[in-house]
Amino acid sequence: MTGTSPGAGRSGAQRWAAYAAIAVLALVVAAAATRWIGLPAPPGLGTGSGQAEIGGPFTLIDHNGETVTDETFRGRILLVYFGYTYCPDICPTSLGAVADALDILGPAADAITPLFITVDPERDTPSRMKNYVTFFHPRLIGLTGTAPQTAAAISAYQVYAERVEESENETGFYLVDHSAFIYIMDRDGRFLGLFSHGTGPEAIAKRLRKIL
Amino acid sequence: MRKETRRFALGLAALALSAILAPEAMGDDPGAISIDRPWARATAPGAPNGAVFMTIVNRGAEDDRLIAADADVAKVIELHTHRMDGGVMRMRQVPEIPVAGGSSTNLAPGGYHVMLIGLNAPLTEGTSFSLALTLERAGAIRIEVPVAAPGAMAGPDAGAHSHPMGEQ
Repeated sequence: MTGTSPGAGRSGAQRWAAYAAIAVLALVVAAAATRWIGLPAPPGLGTGSGQAEIGGPFTLIDHNGETVTDETFRGRILLVYFGYTYCPDICPTSLGAVADALDILGPAADAITPLFITVDPERDTPSRMKNYVTFFHPRLIGLTGTAPQTAAAISAYQVYAERVEESENETGFYLVDHSAFIYIMDRDGRFLGLFSHGTGPEAIAKRLRKIL
Repeated sequence: MRKETRRFALGLAALALSAILAPEAMGDDPGAISIDRPWARATAPGAPNGAVFMTIVNRGAEDDRLIAADADVAKVIELHTHRMDGGVMRMRQVPEIPVAGGSSTNLAPGGYHVMLIGLNAPLTEGTSFSLALTLERAGAIRIEVPVAAPGAMAGPDAGAHSHPMGEQ
């Protein structure tokens, strides 16, 4: 039980610069999301702004061991969340909220596919993913893959994920820091908006109802 | 008659035992700390980690701090907190969870929690398990932790609005 310190101020300026960069990115994303979600989509809103879009091609393995790509889910509204099955609090909070939102929407939720993509492919095998996601909701799909495959998905969604070396203990346990946004992707695989961590199921359902 | 004598003797022995043990097991102000609404989330089959939440209430004047927790349900038990950095949740072990005199500290999703690492078996909704807490001043406190739904945001007894998985 002898704890390491909470890690604040551990490596100084570089780290703060990284935090600042993440904060700025989050603000940009949030600002963009607010604009896109609040209004009807402007006709012809393309990708010509020069700003990198969230989302893109990926090839992963679903929790039944089948290879899937972003194309597999065309025609579906996607809720995309990145996490890992060793995560005891943040991921259950998010997946619980998604599960409840689907139940609130009822049959309308049939157009939505919720995806849980691991940031920890080393430990998260397809069967582990299956046990984990189906525990929260039968419609949740867990996606894992090789380290390069998940890294590509993480990069496409501009997710931050980093293994925390200082958290390792004698059981081989370690933590992974990760972005805790739930991304909404439209039927063509384009980014529609996001929910920040802690958004309740009612708020998620309300926003999804406008999109459906 | 005989039964009563035996009961009396037993009672006396228990009293004597508690008199011997109490000063060691308890801190200098054992009544100051109470644990309100402890709960844990049910865990998926094979999910190795869990979290326990509660409110630690300090009615005493002196500051206290939770410094350790122990339970049979997991191999390693640590105290953790979360820090949000621009949408990134960073969970970290902490050496202690402070509870100032005359106030309370919430252990809740997204913040402080008792982390169960390497569960021996999944935590099942509707069951409960025993957790031993050690506070610096109040000493040892043993509590029973009920297990709520997997995505719950509050304990099983904390009101209808806060039990998401249970709603229809």
